Amino acid sequence: MFTAIFGAFESGIIYAIMALGVYLSFRVLDFPDLTVDGSFVTGAAVAATMIVSGANPFFATVTALFAGFIAGCITGIIHTFGKINALLSGILMMIALYSINLRIMGKSNVPLLNTETAITHVRDFWDKTGIDSFFNAILSMVGLGDSLPRTWGIILFMLVVTLTIKFLTDRFLKTEIGLALRATGDNKRMIRSLSANTNMMVILGLGLSNAMVAFSGALIAQQGGFADVGMGIGMIIIGLASVIIGEALFGTKTIARTTLAVIGGAIIYRIVVTMALRVEFLEPGDMKLITATIVILALIMPKIIDRTKEKKRKAKRLAGSMNISELPSGRKGEAGAAIKSDS
Amino acid sequence: MLQLNQIHKVFNEGTPDEKIALDTINLTLNEGDFVTVIGSNGAGKSTLMNIISGVMIPDVGSVFIDSHNVTGMSEYNRSKLIGRVFQDPMAGTAPSMTIEENLAMAYSRNKTRTLRTGVTKKRRDYFREVLESLHLGLENRLNAKVGLLSGGERQALSLLMATFTEPSILLLDEHTAALDPARAELITNLTKEIVQKYNLTTLMVTHNMQQALDLGNRLIMMDKGQIILEVDDGQKQHLTIEQLLNEFQRIRGTKMASDRALLS
Repeated sequence: MFTAIFGAFESGIIYAIMALGVYLSFRVLDFPDLTVDGSFVTGAAVAATMIVSGANPFFATVTALFAGFIAGCITGIIHTFGKINALLSGILMMIALYSINLRIMGKSNVPLLNTETAITHVRDFWDKTGIDSFFNAILSMVGLGDSLPRTWGIILFMLVVTLTIKFLTDRFLKTEIGLALRATGDNKRMIRSLSANTNMMVILGLGLSNAMVAFSGALIAQQGGFADVGMGIGMIIIGLASVIIGEALFGTKTIARTTLAVIGGAIIYRIVVTMALRVEFLEPGDMKLITATIVILALIMPKIIDRTKEKKRKAKRLAGSMNISELPSGRKGEAGAAIKSDS
Repeated sequence: MLQLNQIHKVFNEGTPDEKIALDTINLTLNEGDFVTVIGSNGAGKSTLMNIISGVMIPDVGSVFIDSHNVTGMSEYNRSKLIGRVFQDPMAGTAPSMTIEENLAMAYSRNKTRTLRTGVTKKRRDYFREVLESLHLGLENRLNAKVGLLSGGERQALSLLMATFTEPSILLLDEHTAALDPARAELITNLTKEIVQKYNLTTLMVTHNMQQALDLGNRLIMMDKGQIILEVDDGQKQHLTIEQLLNEFQRIRGTKMASDRALLS
């Protein structure tokens, strides 16, 4: 049980980078960008192919980031200069990337088992330090000795990487260009009247967003030990689920808070899915169905909660006026007014 | 300084809906001029604003700002020189961003945007100082989201954002029309104050005749895409609404077709 949760936590932190990318396009730019489904695989494909052909895994991961950036920029160009609807330009790019990803990989699946990846590098480095035994000793003391994670190194390393990206995103969104980018998603006409090139902002924003998505894809491929052409299906929904869950649970008061919430949302989403898959009658193939259900619930629940609250308030008010009707009819209006003003 | 030469703009050319929006417009604003523009609906006032700001490109004619030909320049590039306030109070500010962030974006208008922090401590002090000139207490709410402000406050902020970088041209497009009378008066007074303070070359479209007479040193009246009346500095001071309406009737032979203009 706990081993599963540790695993979910670990991949949740990596998926959080993807979720930050989705936050950037979906929330900041107000652009529902479906490129994500394709660029996630592009990142995985570029990294895996390069690693298999002997490149430094860290260099391969960074190259994947740039590949994602280019993919996002192209979506932006299709949308702004081609004047094609946002959803459609994302879908077009996603379809185009499917073929491109196959070309990059040369086949539909590139295994990375028994290959040196960024993840194995970190693990090897970590094993030498011997900090694991320290952590595990603590966990054993509190009675969790039989559910130890493989290594703490990956979790801590990914936590550092993800938080670095989060802080860079926060900083960027407060720079002059970052402000213009946010205003592009908020009020295009206004920021254009303040001499910002909104087309460039959309292209830049989508580029950065997909760079993060591809980076996340590259790391997931190395963590899971393979890149597969179908691994990006539904990725945008997973990203959305993370953003929505995170925002609902942790709030959106400031940007720093929201990006932290998105990371939290990604981790919680992973844990929820892991728990759901442990239910007996569900199979791994049901994952997408579970995701869709979670997103639908996350979107509907706040509305239902609001409505029930409103109903309760109304019922209270109604109960108040029922009491009034029992009063002598002559004073009904006056008393009613008095009671109403009290409540 | 603004110069419009032989501006011509037709909408839906070659279709039954063809409409001549602007017909051979010539207009020159000297430095420090404050020109008010009146005219009935469809007279071409908004099109004129859109041509100057670069939202639309004229079919014929040229636009000069500070003796640069900006006719074909893109809207965002031209915005370095032009401050604009729209009719809709929601249009001039970004609602989900804070007051200081909105001001920082306006502050970068005539500069190249970089990766430097948008709201620095030095700038925040400056923003506080300029906000004080609005007398709305906004200087104490720098971190409030603009979406929380009232329509009047947002329009005042828009006005400040359009002007405090001292643009070459200030365009006001019926910027008090969507406000209640008290708020409209507040914005009108602020406009007067700010334009005077920075000595801005201003073009203001309005439906409110009294406002058109109260503000500015020149007045032009438009109808069917043409400037039909120009009132200069000296004459404008003694002009009344009645005279303006009579003048319109004399030139066009019909009554001015705008309920809003008559009622206000």
